[in-house]
Amino acid sequence: MPVPMPVLVLVPAPAPVCPQLVPAPARSGLMRADDFLYPTDAGLYCPAGDFFIDPVRPVPRALITHGHGDHARSGHGAVMATRQTLDIMAIRYGEDFCETRQVADGPTRVDGVEVSFHPAGHVLGSAQIRLACDGGPVIVVSGDYCRTPNPVCAPWEPVACDIFVTEATFGLPVFKHPDPAAEMAKLLASMAEFPGRAHLIGAYALGKAQRVMALLRAAGYDRPIHLHGAIQRLTDYHVEEGVELGELLPATTPKEIEGQVVIAPPSAFASPWVQRFRDPVISFASGWMAVRARARQRGVELPLVISDHVDWPQLTQTLTELRPDEVWVTHGAEEALVRWCALNQLRARPLRLVGYDEDEE
Amino acid sequence: MKDFALLLERLAFTPARNAKLQILQHYLERTPDPDRGYAFAALTGDLKLRAVTPGLLRGLVAERFDEQLFALSYDFVGDLAETIALIWDGEPAGDLPLTDAVHLLETTGKAGLPAAIAGVLDRLGPSERLAFLKLATGNLRIGLSGRLARTALAQMGGPTLDEIEEVWHGLKPPYPEVFAWVTGGPRPDRAALAPFRPVMLATPIDLQELRALDPAEHVAEWKWDGIRVQAVSEGGVRRLYSRTGEDVSGAFPDLIDEMTWEGAVDGELLVRRDGEVASFNELQQRLNRKTVSRALLQSHPAGLRVYDLLVWNGEDLRPRPLMERRAVLEAADFGSDRIDISALLPFETWDDLAALRADPPDAVIEGVMIKRRDAPYVGGRPRGPWFKWKRDPRVVDAVMMYAQRGHGKRSGFYSDFTFGLWSGAELVPVGKAYFGFTDEELRELDRFVRNNTTERFGPVRAVAPKLVVEVAFEGVNRSTRHKSGVAMRFPRVARIRWDKPVAEADRLETLEAMIDAPNVFAADATRAGTRHGRTRRAGGEVAGAARPLDGVGTPSIPAGYLPTEDGAGEPPEGGR
Repeated sequence: MPVPMPVLVLVPAPAPVCPQLVPAPARSGLMRADDFLYPTDAGLYCPAGDFFIDPVRPVPRALITHGHGDHARSGHGAVMATRQTLDIMAIRYGEDFCETRQVADGPTRVDGVEVSFHPAGHVLGSAQIRLACDGGPVIVVSGDYCRTPNPVCAPWEPVACDIFVTEATFGLPVFKHPDPAAEMAKLLASMAEFPGRAHLIGAYALGKAQRVMALLRAAGYDRPIHLHGAIQRLTDYHVEEGVELGELLPATTPKEIEGQVVIAPPSAFASPWVQRFRDPVISFASGWMAVRARARQRGVELPLVISDHVDWPQLTQTLTELRPDEVWVTHGAEEALVRWCALNQLRARPLRLVGYDEDEE
Repeated sequence: MKDFALLLERLAFTPARNAKLQILQHYLERTPDPDRGYAFAALTGDLKLRAVTPGLLRGLVAERFDEQLFALSYDFVGDLAETIALIWDGEPAGDLPLTDAVHLLETTGKAGLPAAIAGVLDRLGPSERLAFLKLATGNLRIGLSGRLARTALAQMGGPTLDEIEEVWHGLKPPYPEVFAWVTGGPRPDRAALAPFRPVMLATPIDLQELRALDPAEHVAEWKWDGIRVQAVSEGGVRRLYSRTGEDVSGAFPDLIDEMTWEGAVDGELLVRRDGEVASFNELQQRLNRKTVSRALLQSHPAGLRVYDLLVWNGEDLRPRPLMERRAVLEAADFGSDRIDISALLPFETWDDLAALRADPPDAVIEGVMIKRRDAPYVGGRPRGPWFKWKRDPRVVDAVMMYAQRGHGKRSGFYSDFTFGLWSGAELVPVGKAYFGFTDEELRELDRFVRNNTTERFGPVRAVAPKLVVEVAFEGVNRSTRHKSGVAMRFPRVARIRWDKPVAEADRLETLEAMIDAPNVFAADATRAGTRHGRTRRAGGEVAGAARPLDGVGTPSIPAGYLPTEDGAGEPPEGGR
């Protein structure tokens, strides 16, 4: 699926939503929090370290939270990310995806900022980035994160902070992701119902595809899983990193894989590639599948609600537990989360970053 | 409730008829009584529960949720029951059997209903909450006709569909005697007076095939473009059934009143004024009504043209040859000027019949029926005794405008096409068609769509106006649901005109000129058209049929109610 050209829109921060609360003073007493990190047309920028986080256009210095295409782009000067994220970027864009790269390994000083990366539980290599600015607040940029145990990556860790910059992809109270094991049971029930039909599962190539494979294995499915070519390399990388995915075969012989599972990027369903299968069951693994209209729009016959993002209970639980002085919402359903924060006496504001594709879930 | 919720979810997302049948059959096989009977009735719209209103649901929400958060959620989800099912904080505690849920809705008084519903929602998971709310609002939107559901029963290996249809009427949910029967028990007694008997259907034929038959062994009559019905009047009980066994008596009290005789007859339902047969479009305005206004009864009086007798004065005539039944029919006194007999056509050779067919005396005739003189009346579609030789379809040359990806065997192929005609310098969409082409042509069309896409909307692509397709159809009506103002009936692709320049495609006026008959009751037509979208399973006016609309009370259309000619209402086998 072509990623739309990113457009980064900067909207002036609105008045504090809880006027009854006195704004928490930044620690310096002089500088405000948004002097240390603020949105620009290239992405979130930290002047004290002169770097951007997940910039949407080429910049001299970038810190990358994880390897999804809308967060990790090629063409930057220096890139700092986890080893796995750097590996993934090299697989996607080629070894020359940037000029210099640095593995985030323990707290690292970048000019006037101490930077550290902490697991986000989203996809392999995904991290939250903690920024401790000299004389400023501790800011944690969550990137995309998930608190449901995910067999293909390290679990999310809480990181104490003054300002928590969070995503809100599923920031509406209707999103309560079900137990992934129950979704797998649905898939296996459909395979039992239609034993002669191949089950084609749409899943994004990085993270979701491998998670579905791991979930299938955890559900006791031990037949080969067939892969569309576009997810082969990233899947191989997961195996190299020690993720057990069982027997994987390319989906090149449709006759032999009738009644079996094929995992493909969702874009493949719009391409003639699907035509090789006789009467397949089209499935899609995404948090959006919780809403029927979304599943129908995609022509999905078997929606599987499997998400690599925090759902509403996890999102609000995280804010309750971290209890930061301020919550900044980067992308997703900002309005609802900001409303929740107001109801729960948390200072919050939307950054309205654009260029992060929420559909790619 | 868990299994029922899963069933609803699977049916809602499964487009193909055969896959739907399989899912339902498996559910019925493994679910105990009486749950399966209630599920069956819920799916076919035969479970009459106190309808919970959207207002009641909104009240429940207001007590528990922040108004703004709910509004944002509803805005995203787009369906009230679904939003509530998703947002509700329930702690699933065991399962609530479907039967218990039905009893609760049946027995709880109006005042206690909100608390009872909230109490149920509190103890169910999200899918079950949605199933419960859909049950409570009586708005399942699964698109499953009674006949399709009974087909699933027949697939369980016991009695045939016709046998089931014959005893069905008068049985009440949860149908314990039917499930006992399909699993090896005794055949239930026919519970109802004036039951439905399976209708005899015809197969298509053309002149070349007819030449192999002996004209002397056959009779012929006009095939009227109304609604094939079975009118039954037995022991004081009078019913009007569609050819698939849906009881449509409620919409035609004027005809019911006239059924003073004793018997079961097969005929064509028509709107008739002063002996003149009105167009199908006018008959359509009488459809799908629970009650009919006096004005409509006067302006659109219903009549019956009888083709055959199944039972007359207590005698079952079905085993007897057609000409013996015909003799009884011609001697019968129906005692009503709204009921008459379909005349036999005079012909000696097939060419004689071809000449009659080419020039029918009435616009509401859509061909001829040809029947073997010695054939008994047999339910279903036996090949041989009855044929339909329809008039040649009408055609227009239209331009492909949009294409949508198909399902099942057509997964990955752009196989559902929207066509337009010229109106001024603009193309106006006039209808959809998704069959009539070969597999090879489908591949070519798919390639054309991919190479000429101008815009994408989910599974739909806008296509550059480059390809002319000859679209065949059975008729055309005024329609307020289409931008063009007209709706083709049963459209399909007749030929792909790779050779024809789009500028030479037909104009909208050409199609408008084919509208069956001027409609003198335009105001009424408008209202009926919006309230009762007539969907044809096999082709035409599917726009809007399956949209997930919110709210309660959108009329559902029993699929069996629709077809006017044998077979036209059947979806293509497994196609979608």
